[in-house]
Amino acid sequence: MTDKIQAKIIGASKPRIDGPQKLSGQAMYAADHHLPNMAYAYGVFSTVASGTIDNIDLSKAKQMPGVIDIFHHDHFPSLYRTPSSFAQENKVDETRLPFEDGKVYYPGQFVALVVADTFANARAAAYAVKVAYSADAEPIATLSQALERGDKPKTADSSGHSRGNPDSAFESSANQIDVTYVTPMETHNPMEMHASVANWENGDLVLYESSQGVIFARNVMAKVFGLPPERVEVRSPFIGSGFGSKLWLWPHAIAAAAAAREVGRPVQLVVPRQQMFTTTGHRPPTQQQIRIGADDNGKLTALTHDSVNTTSMVDTYVETTGSCTKSLYDCENLRVSHATIGANHGTPTSMRAPGAAPGLFALESAMDEMAEKLNMDPLEFRKANYTERDQSMDLPFSSIHLMEAFDKGAEKFGWSKRNAEIGSMGDGDEILGWGMAACNWEALKMNCDARVSLRADGTAYASCATQDIGTGTYTIVAQAVSAITGIPLDKIEVELGDSSYPSGPVSGGSWATATTLPAIAEATRSAIDALKSYAISDGGAFAGAKSDDLSFDDGKLVDGDGKSVAYTDVLSQLKLANADGEAHTPGAPQGEYSFRSFGAHFVEVRWDPGISRLRVSRVVSAIDVGQIINEKTSANQVEGAIAMGIGMALFEATEYDEGSGLPVNNNYAEYLVPVHADQPDSVDVILLDHPDYAFNEFGARGIGEIGITGMAAAVANAVHHATGKRIRELPIRLEELMSA
Amino acid sequence: MRNFEYQKADSVNAAVSAHAGQPSSFVAGGTTLLDLVKIDIMQPERVVDVNGLPLYDVEELDDGRLKIGAMVSNTDLAYHPKVVDQYAVLSEALLSGASTSLRNKATTGGNVMQRVRCPYFRDGVSACNKREPGSGCAAIGGHNRSVHAVLGTSDKCIASHPSDMCVAMAAIGATVLVSGPNGEREIDFLDFHLLPGDSPEKEHALEADELITHVVLDAPIKGSRSTYLKLRDRASYQFALASSGVIIATDGNTIRDARIAMGGVGTKPWRAREAEQALIGQPATEASFKKAAEIAFKGATPYEHNAFKIPLGQQAVVRSLTNATAA
Ligand SMILES: Cc1cc2nc3c(=O)[nH]c(=O)nc-3n(C[C@H](O)[C@H](O)[C@H](O)COP(=O)(O)OP(=O)(O)OC[C@H]3O[C@@H](n4cnc5c(N)ncnc54)[C@H](O)[C@@H]3O)c2cc1C
Ligand code: SF4
Repeated sequence: MTDKIQAKIIGASKPRIDGPQKLSGQAMYAADHHLPNMAYAYGVFSTVASGTIDNIDLSKAKQMPGVIDIFHHDHFPSLYRTPSSFAQENKVDETRLPFEDGKVYYPGQFVALVVADTFANARAAAYAVKVAYSADAEPIATLSQALERGDKPKTADSSGHSRGNPDSAFESSANQIDVTYVTPMETHNPMEMHASVANWENGDLVLYESSQGVIFARNVMAKVFGLPPERVEVRSPFIGSGFGSKLWLWPHAIAAAAAAREVGRPVQLVVPRQQMFTTTGHRPPTQQQIRIGADDNGKLTALTHDSVNTTSMVDTYVETTGSCTKSLYDCENLRVSHATIGANHGTPTSMRAPGAAPGLFALESAMDEMAEKLNMDPLEFRKANYTERDQSMDLPFSSIHLMEAFDKGAEKFGWSKRNAEIGSMGDGDEILGWGMAACNWEALKMNCDARVSLRADGTAYASCATQDIGTGTYTIVAQAVSAITGIPLDKIEVELGDSSYPSGPVSGGSWATATTLPAIAEATRSAIDALKSYAISDGGAFAGAKSDDLSFDDGKLVDGDGKSVAYTDVLSQLKLANADGEAHTPGAPQGEYSFRSFGAHFVEVRWDPGISRLRVSRVVSAIDVGQIINEKTSANQVEGAIAMGIGMALFEATEYDEGSGLPVNNNYAEYLVPVHADQPDSVDVILLDHPDYAFNEFGARGIGEIGITGMAAAVANAVHHATGKRIRELPIRLEELMSA
Repeated sequence: MRNFEYQKADSVNAAVSAHAGQPSSFVAGGTTLLDLVKIDIMQPERVVDVNGLPLYDVEELDDGRLKIGAMVSNTDLAYHPKVVDQYAVLSEALLSGASTSLRNKATTGGNVMQRVRCPYFRDGVSACNKREPGSGCAAIGGHNRSVHAVLGTSDKCIASHPSDMCVAMAAIGATVLVSGPNGEREIDFLDFHLLPGDSPEKEHALEADELITHVVLDAPIKGSRSTYLKLRDRASYQFALASSGVIIATDGNTIRDARIAMGGVGTKPWRAREAEQALIGQPATEASFKKAAEIAFKGATPYEHNAFKIPLGQQAVVRSLTNATAA
């Protein structure tokens, strides 16, 4: 007999089960840990962009109150690099170890580390460390400087794609555009600072780290210190988000752990906000050339998307801007290529929808430009090039409802009332601009382990090493257990974010839901199997019955004759504490389908030319991500991504001085992100909710990133509609819109 | 942050004498001071806490002026009934500044004394004449879009004055009351902040160890209306790219009196007297406002990235005058 899924809990709108802990301050974040005898570390950070350290003068700092030790390249234990393999789960983006040598590759690089008895003493002494540098006269501070005078861009072959004859097809296209888009460096800026608390006991390391991937972090630490993974534990039960910056470990965590071992005390290290702009990753700046060819009916004939981004001088990070271009529209002749070029920045890393966010800004702006050229409605132009087949993989999409997203979004927004003429939609002092763009993101699923217990006291317990980065993973794990067992959410305890739990995925790539829930479900069923085996054993509630005759329904074991016994009674009768189940579930099925998510943004901006004021006033987003697990947390992800997309469109840019190569706006006052007052008057998120069972048993594809993709283009297209200005470089600044 | 000596004063005299003798700073709300101490840009050896001083009152004087204690918070001042009613430009300016929580801490005296937002001043290493006289100015030829001025700049410093409150006070007209080792004195608000000239490190007219005790606002102009308009990239929590505080009184459609002050565009809170004069006697029309706005920016010097502040500032002036005279 099959076990019944209590389907109503899947898709329900449920508040976060960890909400009360967070609101009451009981949730312990990394830097909330103050261990007995703990020391505090503060960094000394490079004030040149490139060069070598001539001398580090510690004479004053060493005399300062509370100072325990000061580490630097001549006084630091010798460690190992991690192989940095995704497959081996020990990836980092910056492979260079802190204090490896006296070289400076970017400003804000760790050059020394003061350990003292208090945070204040460590910081005061860090300010008293005097470092003398031989600085390179011409550091490379920006992508354009790199292209002007850096090395030749390095092509990243593995992420490229080509089909048909893109160049010749473009040349012979009836309608052509050839445009270049530029996106700036952006910084993740999660609220919670990067922080490490490292504690060694008997040669074993416990690390509290604000991490989106405790398994990877554990493995990296094991590699760096030359230990078996069993001797390292990384804990990250709560994270004040990361947006990708906390996927892989950064030098601070290694520095903290090494310092703790050297001084023989637990050490806490919090990365200051200024250095979160330099030494914990960023979205690199890109320059993207797009060429589109189309026939007179609006059918794409050629599409090329060639992109270059800066990386650091020590590691290569590719921003795969063409990752969506490959398959979003029907086009036989297509090429995407990516290249990198070195700059004096820290190593870039994934930031929410890496590749796709800047890439779709370019592609979806260019699609708007071509629609204009063809004198077609931008929505109709996209529909004319709709495809249900991923031409880059030569596979059908497992489930695509992009047309429905277009239609439902357009209807809710009122797109049919759009007057295509530029600047034609006035309202008092303001001019309305309406723009739209498609969203797109790949759906991924990893291996995952999980453990679930049904406990005699009527509760259940689930654990997995994956993290809840604020998105609601705790809650949906509980929903999955509840769906199968009927146990209410408030009786389900979930533990996540500890590398000693069953191995789970990094919280990134929007794959945590699709990866974790099937493992949780499998472990739950395996716990039910264990329960059945107890029930049919001697002295059990169904002694002598066959396991197959029993089914589990709403907290009870039921047999074919209508006898039903609560699972708690099954356990108590045998004096058992619990019935446990474990599971290991595989990654996504290969070879039959391409798994991707889709959607569309419709955006209204208000432009007040009399005071050069631009605001986003209305957004409708229709999102096709398969089954929605929790309506509340899902809508919240899309709403948050819309806000972030507005920031990408209008505000965000991490700036470096072209002369000195030093960061200019590395603080929270001058690096602008949208604030509450920037939120549109109305945001409508339409969740299409079509389960994709080819992908996994829950039919869910994940929702963390897709909402930001296409958003900047939709804003830029709306701005063009309002002002007539086609802005190809982000952020869109008011001075670009003011008439000359 | 370096270690410093901390002293709490309970009277003006005690505060002034505690301040004397070594590099000291008063601390009021701390929203400027502690930020800069934490990033090692200000390095006082002694910090004198003035939160215990009896300077929390807002008092109407017999001559119609309004006397504001230095410790009155930006929030309390913005919502003071007299300010809301008679000095709308000040209330609106205050409420356009910073964030709610910052305004709750920030004080009147501290706001007058707040430091520039120039990134090169704050990074501790770039050439900056304000931080390290004679070292140069990295902002000229560097990133100078948002927090740099087009009026009152010199070849030594181009940082804009960040305050919104001060723009409103410059429009209203005010007197700063100070107390120092040599007793009390008054400084005209418009003379309080100094142009950078050759010595950008000297920002204001306070002598060593002097404490601001009050700011006294001029009596409101009879029959006037006033308003503040702040233009910036995001809708809140950003210093002005350009702002305009105006007070205007009309007889029928003819302008009888006008005050214009501007923020974000000047190296000090910028009063545009010539533009005001050009308005008086003129009809309250867009054409008059545009003319005044042009005059207000006569002689403005654009830098590489902030030339847009000239037209933007003019737009702020025109729109705020329009709003203040709207039916
Ligand atoms: C993120 C951020 C955003 C901000 N945005 C804005 C904005 O949009 N608009 C705006 O106008 N302001 C803004 N501010 C600045 C804010 O208004 C000032 O920091 C605040 O007004 C300073 O007041 P305080 O009482 O905190 O001063 P403190 O930090 O205590 O003191 C500032 C300075 O004044 C001196 N001082 C204080 N009181 C006296 C006194 N009575 N006599 C003499 N000297 C004194 C101190 O020694 C110190 O040098 C912002 C600040 C921050 C941090
Ligand atoms: S503008 Fe003024 S504050 Fe900024 S670097 Fe130049 S001198 Fe320093």
